[in-house]
Amino acid sequence: MDFAFAYDTLLTLLPAVPLTLLLAFNAILFGAVLALGLALCRISGLAILDWPARAYIFAFRGTPLLVQLFLIYYGLGQFPAVRHSILWPILREPYWCAVIALTLNTAAYASEIIRGGLLSVPHGQIEAAKACGMSRLLMARRIVLPLAIRQALPGYGNEMITMVKATSLASIITLMEITGVAAKLISETYRVMEVFIVAGALYLAINFVLTRLLALVERWLNPDARRRAQHPIAAAEEVTA
Amino acid sequence: MSNAAIATADAPASAASVPALSVRNLHKRFGPVEVLKGISLEAKEGEVISILGSSGSGKSTMLRCINLLEQPDEGVITVSGETIGLVKTKAGSTRPADIAQVERIRSQLGMVFQSFNLWSHKTVIENVVEAPIHVQKRARAECMDEAEALLAKVGIADKRNHYPSQLSGGQQQRAAIARALAMRPKVMLFDEPTSALDPELVGEVLRVMRGLAEEGRTMLVVTHEMGFARDVSSRVIFLHKGAIEAEGTPHDLFTNAASERFRQFISKA
Repeated sequence: MDFAFAYDTLLTLLPAVPLTLLLAFNAILFGAVLALGLALCRISGLAILDWPARAYIFAFRGTPLLVQLFLIYYGLGQFPAVRHSILWPILREPYWCAVIALTLNTAAYASEIIRGGLLSVPHGQIEAAKACGMSRLLMARRIVLPLAIRQALPGYGNEMITMVKATSLASIITLMEITGVAAKLISETYRVMEVFIVAGALYLAINFVLTRLLALVERWLNPDARRRAQHPIAAAEEVTA
Repeated sequence: MSNAAIATADAPASAASVPALSVRNLHKRFGPVEVLKGISLEAKEGEVISILGSSGSGKSTMLRCINLLEQPDEGVITVSGETIGLVKTKAGSTRPADIAQVERIRSQLGMVFQSFNLWSHKTVIENVVEAPIHVQKRARAECMDEAEALLAKVGIADKRNHYPSQLSGGQQQRAAIARALAMRPKVMLFDEPTSALDPELVGEVLRVMRGLAEEGRTMLVVTHEMGFARDVSSRVIFLHKGAIEAEGTPHDLFTNAASERFRQFISKA
């Protein structure tokens, strides 16, 4: 291991970090919105909403992200209708193709995580909200979603970490994010070990920060669980007191 | 000046003549089972009505139909003179004519559940102020003051910042009663409020309910607590297989009930 070279590699790869973060951030953000919509379709009880959502989830969970990326980046451009549509300025950009593929893919997984969270909300707590006159929207905002998010967060954290790593596939469609720059560096230097170890360490660092953030959010959302985790005996005594 | 005088003079008279709650000809079926077979009852201002009956008699379903947690198949429900608009459906049931009206009327009926149903992500005081602030759109400071007073009244002022999971069942149920009271309801509905409690915790909840009865609140109480029904309620209704089998003052019913079934029921309890 040549540390001087590894340090040079780090300096070369660092400028690629913002693109990786941007891809992951956009995919997770847009994906969450789409996932919530899909989850609501799934639990709507209406076949006309449920079945398209099921089909979507089946297709996007059942095929490789790389295949989806290829289809969107190379595939769509073959249709003249797409090339002449108003979407072409977006669809011809590899950046947006990557964001779209990552978004569509993560939405399929995340929608099932959110659906699980929504289904976990105790029925009695929903009835209590109804009984005091809450409208559906107010109930969703104040009771159902806050409880569902608490339940879904650990699973959603997994999905976010997966997405950070999945951005590396964007290098295949010419994007110069961390893996893209690393691959280019290897083709120039043939020093696979140093370059990929540094690239891997960068992903590790990003995900370290992400997991710490998720843990913070979880603690902020569950002050009760935090108290009990810290003082299990004290909390137990309080109940019996 | 004179108008105001007339209005205040009129108010008690009209409040006394309009029942706080009236239910007429309530029907409910679950599939082939007819759970409620035409129940009618009326609760005057300040009345405490205990609803007794063995399990499966339809008493909880009846209570839940009043605030439309269950959709009745037929019937007329009137709260303080306002009748809930119901529309017949093709399937032979009903649906609310105006969901906003249902939500408004629900906010006037304080419901207490067997399993407390406190919102687990909110502290006790947050549970209590939630609906007053967000449903009734009252000022936060005012709601907080009122919530503190209510928690003191039910004896858990010191638990205001605890989460429901940190409380005993009796404390949770008293918090749930405070939450229902915070809406300033016209009628309180209790659905077996002590059935999920350990025996030694039943008393503290019944004491709170007795206090509410004594201050003149209108209450409908589905219960298995014979002592409460006999000593606290102004009227007792005994349901059997979805119909009112016996009805009267606790004294009349418990000393010489005409209904053989009711006599059997209390002898077993």
